[in-house]
Amino acid sequence: MDNIVGTKSRLVWAVNLCALALVLLWTFPTFGLLVSSFRDRDQITASGWWKAMFPAEASLQYRAPAPDSAKLVDGLYVLEGNVFEGGAGKVSAFGTSIREPGAHEVGSSVDAGDGATLTVLENGDFTITSASAMEGSRGMRIFATTVTPARFTVENYDRVLGAEGLGRAFLNTLTVSIPATVIPILVAAFAAYALAWMEFPGRALIVAGVVGLLVVPLQLALIPLLKLHNDIGIGKNYIGIWLAHTGFGLPLAIYLLRNYMVGLPREIIESARVDGATDFKIFLRIILPLSFPALASFAIFQFLWTWNDLLVALVFLGNSADQLVMTGQLKNLMGSRGGDWEILATSAFITIAVPLVVFFAMQKYLVRGLLAGSVK
Amino acid sequence: MAAVTILIGVFGCICYFFLSNIALDRLYPASGPNAGANINRANQIRPWLFMFPALALLTVYLVYPVFVSVYLSFMDAEGDSFVGMDNYIWLINDDKFRESMFNNLLWLVFVPAASTFFGLVAAAVTDRIRWGNFAKAMIFMPMAISFVGAAVIWKLVYEYRPDGQEQIGILNAVWTAMGGQAQTWLTSPVVNSFLLMIVLVWIQTGFAMVILSAALRGIPEETIEASILDGASPLQIFMKIKVPQIWGTILVVWTTITITVLKVFDIVLTMTNGQWGTQVLANLMFDWMFRGNDTGRASTAAIVIMLMVTPIMIWNIRNAAREAR
Repeated sequence: MDNIVGTKSRLVWAVNLCALALVLLWTFPTFGLLVSSFRDRDQITASGWWKAMFPAEASLQYRAPAPDSAKLVDGLYVLEGNVFEGGAGKVSAFGTSIREPGAHEVGSSVDAGDGATLTVLENGDFTITSASAMEGSRGMRIFATTVTPARFTVENYDRVLGAEGLGRAFLNTLTVSIPATVIPILVAAFAAYALAWMEFPGRALIVAGVVGLLVVPLQLALIPLLKLHNDIGIGKNYIGIWLAHTGFGLPLAIYLLRNYMVGLPREIIESARVDGATDFKIFLRIILPLSFPALASFAIFQFLWTWNDLLVALVFLGNSADQLVMTGQLKNLMGSRGGDWEILATSAFITIAVPLVVFFAMQKYLVRGLLAGSVK
Repeated sequence: MAAVTILIGVFGCICYFFLSNIALDRLYPASGPNAGANINRANQIRPWLFMFPALALLTVYLVYPVFVSVYLSFMDAEGDSFVGMDNYIWLINDDKFRESMFNNLLWLVFVPAASTFFGLVAAAVTDRIRWGNFAKAMIFMPMAISFVGAAVIWKLVYEYRPDGQEQIGILNAVWTAMGGQAQTWLTSPVVNSFLLMIVLVWIQTGFAMVILSAALRGIPEETIEASILDGASPLQIFMKIKVPQIWGTILVVWTTITITVLKVFDIVLTMTNGQWGTQVLANLMFDWMFRGNDTGRASTAAIVIMLMVTPIMIWNIRNAAREAR
């Protein structure tokens, strides 16, 4: 809008290029992970993921059979074979010395020294011919540049979900995050209504307290709460982590919901009161439905936060198969399988898949929540 | 089993609100001889009924731990006997703590600055192009990714292969293509800290962009039109007209990211575990809690984080109070 007057095509170009650069920079790393999760182990170690879309070039070295085993055919001494030793592949070029492994085109006949001629075909078949008898027991070396077409596999996903235990961890994460999202909404909605629309002494103080609690670092709560949980017998258990997530999520929930509810039109609530509706009814029938956008915003926040959380799960849940969540599993895999990128990339992608879906489906509410939630 | 507990938890919650309300209505019925007095009394009690679960949880899970942590920070490793200031004295003289403080300060300067800067650029740029919404979604996307997931993503970027092998990490691939030697990035001090910070910048930029973009769009048209008529260049308009008007929002973004930075933990734990000079306070605290089994020292480290957050906390409360007025 502000460039109606001063629209310059050069500026438009610069802005577009700048946006493109930012978008590429910001998506490139994630895209790399996604691509890697569809490649097998050998491909990942052989080349960078950005080369996955193109056929992979590799160089191959093959030692031909011993010269004295050459057969005499039509007065020529002949050695035959295949550089892939029966495997499949495609040769794009070949050579006779390590300095020039791709010097010659496939199908051409080249001088291989000592009067011998070498031909390599695209499928890897080679022929060495010589007019005089070849001597020695060490075969000559053939160098070839091979091309493997781009190839993707879903094997990694099979393996990770089953053998690596990520399928189980997926269920555990769900068990943590669904109640840990629903309970705080319930608890906070009632409190937010009271703080927004009911008159009582100390209201402003409680609101200020909630704003203050928004930033209390989690780290402070870990040791006292773990001790408390152990003392009252909850120990390391799902109930404990639900309560913990509820407690940690409540300040933001109350803050967001209260701010939203305060903005609802006063007339509706007052006319309902005049009609004799109780606070409980007003809350259920009027406030709750009207607050849907704020409820959705918080639900997304809390879901993403509980799904992605590592610290709270490490502290309040155990390390056994029936309690290990996906982030914890991923952390363990990074320790034990640091170099196995096919496992790591696939596991990581599974853990971030659900949040990404939620993110793209509900982006509108997430943005709204962010705008309302940052203390102005 | 889990499904049953989920149901009990959620159902129990709903029951509390329903039943407690019915009980209150029975206790002080809104009819009969004392209807007026009863209604008044019920209205005095009901807010607390609504707020009780929230207040109880907040007290137990956020307020109570602050006091216990302060108490524990003056106690020994098991939390049994009083040791006075010993933990604090130890902390000040501990090399790892100094390293953590230094790194935390680096993080505090670099991450909010870089995130806000990129967020501002992204907001300014994406508001002017046709495919702006798509671009925004892409830059915003890392917000949905867990810190651990992000750590894996970026570890692949920083991956190192010995000389002679094909580099599979894009950083080393670019580095060697430009004629450099392949580096083990995550073990080279100072550089590695910045590489970890980049991960958080990557995540937080989307947040900054969303908030700042909304603020930029809220700027009154007249100010911009006036500056165009006065012949200001687009860059001048941005730097001298727009940015000063959203200064308040920039500050909010900055402080919000600052708080995230102070609590940063997952990235450091999973990428370097605080080795090679990358330790930060939150990970130091975690180390002493689980590996050191010393609740005294761990609590002391947590208190330091709390102290660093406190100024922002006070600032927030003041702002909220001013807004409420």
